[in-house]
Amino acid sequence: MNNLQFDFTVDKSTNSVFITREFDAELPLVWDAFTKPEILDQWWAPKPLTSKTKTMDFKVGGRRFYAMVLPDGQEHWGIQDFTSISPKTNLKWVASFTDKDENINTELPSSNWDLNFSEQAGKTKVSIAIKHKTFANIEMLIQMGFKEGFTMTLNFLEELLTKKIN
Amino acid sequence: MRRDIFQAIADPTRRAIIVLLALQAMTPNAIADNFNTTRQAVSKHLRILTECEIVKQEQKGREIFYSLEIDKMKEIDMWLEQFRKVWETQFNQLDNLLSTIKKQKK
Repeated sequence: MNNLQFDFTVDKSTNSVFITREFDAELPLVWDAFTKPEILDQWWAPKPLTSKTKTMDFKVGGRRFYAMVLPDGQEHWGIQDFTSISPKTNLKWVASFTDKDENINTELPSSNWDLNFSEQAGKTKVSIAIKHKTFANIEMLIQMGFKEGFTMTLNFLEELLTKKIN
Repeated sequence: MRRDIFQAIADPTRRAIIVLLALQAMTPNAIADNFNTTRQAVSKHLRILTECEIVKQEQKGREIFYSLEIDKMKEIDMWLEQFRKVWETQFNQLDNLLSTIKKQKK
């Protein structure tokens, strides 16, 4: 365990998730880690998932089109549409889920991301606010995250159960 | 009106009440002493928390004590912990990456 700040709160009244995390690195490096695809892909997906950026045009009106890849090779595509960029200070994007051809899946929730960056004594603080249209969307995402995290286990279980039933 | 656990934790005062009750069962007056709001406001929060079944009342002598429903708290924990864990994993990965990049630069 390290002693870097990590706050995680969910506010139902505003359908928002607030995440604050400190990093033991200077601001320009942390900014790069959130905005350069070659660095993003090395950490954006929680293991055992991996992140794969297909295209990224980092400018206002631009988009990152990427996939979360499951250990079995299954890909879940998504986009980040950049709506505001203040270098090394603030970054906003709208996140949506898509298919592999970049068509937005309107059945899955979009969310508005607002990230603030600040440096103090060589440490960089990133505050992330993720706003959803409804709270049910957050619950849905939590369930999805939960599901994906355990996909391997579930697939294995499913296999076992199928064998038992047949 | 339907109440659920997320409504219970949506308000900062209610979250603070939950933290207080995590330490010990308390009377409404003792709880209210910790806040700058009116006793009525605290009573209202306690009523919502009770309706969300996150706290329960117990009569001890002439006083009513509020205490946490631990099982309900676990339900919230389970939900949020999954979400938090995902982020924690991601950030730990970023920590390692940042330290690697820093070393390369030196």
